[in-house]
Amino acid sequence: MPKQQANWSPYDNNGGSCVAVAGADYCVIAADTRMSTGYIILTRDYSKICKLADKCVMASSGFQADVKALQKHLAARHLIYQHQHSKQMSCPAMAQLLSNTLYYKRFFPYYSFNVLGGLDNEGKGCVFTYDAVGSYEKVGYSSQGSGSTLIMPFLDNQLKSPSPLLLPVQDAVTPLAEAEAVDLVKTVFASASERDIYTGDKLEIVVINADGIRREYMDLRKD
Amino acid sequence: MFRNQYDTDVTTWSPAGRLFQVEYAMEAMKQGSAAIGLRSKTHVVLGCVNKANSELSSHQKKIFKVDDHIGLAIAGLTADGRVLSRYMRNECINYNFTYESPLPVGRLVVQLADKAQVCTQRSWKRPYGVGLLVAGLDESGAHLYYNCPSGNYFEYQAFAIGSRSQAAKTYLERRFENFTDSSRDDLVKDAITAIRETLQGETLKSSICTIAVVGVGEPFHILDQGTVQQIIDTFEIAAEQEGPAAEPDAATGRDTAAEQGTAADQGGSTDEGVAPMDI
Repeated sequence: MPKQQANWSPYDNNGGSCVAVAGADYCVIAADTRMSTGYIILTRDYSKICKLADKCVMASSGFQADVKALQKHLAARHLIYQHQHSKQMSCPAMAQLLSNTLYYKRFFPYYSFNVLGGLDNEGKGCVFTYDAVGSYEKVGYSSQGSGSTLIMPFLDNQLKSPSPLLLPVQDAVTPLAEAEAVDLVKTVFASASERDIYTGDKLEIVVINADGIRREYMDLRKD
Repeated sequence: MFRNQYDTDVTTWSPAGRLFQVEYAMEAMKQGSAAIGLRSKTHVVLGCVNKANSELSSHQKKIFKVDDHIGLAIAGLTADGRVLSRYMRNECINYNFTYESPLPVGRLVVQLADKAQVCTQRSWKRPYGVGLLVAGLDESGAHLYYNCPSGNYFEYQAFAIGSRSQAAKTYLERRFENFTDSSRDDLVKDAITAIRETLQGETLKSSICTIAVVGVGEPFHILDQGTVQQIIDTFEIAAEQEGPAAEPDAATGRDTAAEQGTAADQGGSTDEGVAPMDI
């Protein structure tokens, strides 16, 4: 009998894109709300963004069942942390926890491409970007998901600081004001929706700053 | 007499059909400082007397948040209480993870009781030396449970455990019929008064008591010292107006002009069970 190939995969890609941009005292996290499978749209109204802690929000694209499981797992771990430390987890702490959680399943990964955004202990915006198995980096901005190949170059064009070889060393946050960053994100998604079939319907934007968390929505192309 | 012959092992019965180790565990609980609980239809209030080893040390933590809708107060071996509260927190988290809904209080209490029972039937274990007052809210309303080291649990309208708890119980017995329809603030006042009863003349200050509340629309939380002190101050003003009181056994009701909301009237007292496990 010739070697059989698997005719079933435990994974599926539900598409969508996520973006996060960090500022001096704010952080913008955004994701579209389209959930698809293959060429079919499952729903136009599914949030990929999850609040993990007071000042820490995660957006994930990929296989939403794994994303949901990952979010629940992190929420439970956060509760335990709160019981033990009597305070909320900081964004950098959550970032490390997410990395460890992902690597824990190194040999049956969460099919989840994450960006974590929030404020660090000093109130400065921070964004962490991950691959499916937990490799992560603190950056000033990032995108993940089906539209990331379209979005990332645009963000690089607008936000990338000059080469790190140039002194003095630049901060990993954008010099943009909050309103400008939100505007940029809206532009970026509008562009991505034009060419990426998996991105569209509606854009959900979450802004974290010293005053708390604010949510905004914008319509995107529905085709 | 015979007590000493059959009390070495938790797995040894006495001829009278008692497990002395378990009863000794209940004694340990009675040595701890007092904890009280009372509930209305919509809220449950827990209170405890803070005990500190010395002036220099911080006081023992006796009230624990288990989940947004459940909390507990302990009396007895604090370490045992801490371990049990960690178990309860885990159970709540796991239940929530699986069922996306809060763990009903009654179920948690049974799990806790079963855990305590195991320690009464294993020769290599010892019973938990801590009594727990579990306060919680679920679909069937507000609940206050008492879990004892024997593995028994009871639901109460109001209860007090620990040293000098009888004074608080007497006060609560007189007032408990009013609790169901009490407002949240009155319930807190009653809790503080009940704690005062156990202090036997010591001045009531917010630094020696801790109050926690859980209710409809109000997740379990411990009231901060400032708030508690404010409430205590309203009593003290009332007490001063009535005349020199400071009667530990709640005789303040007999004074004139007792419309200050926390005046207590004298009443009868209940009986304490003989073998504690048989209550």
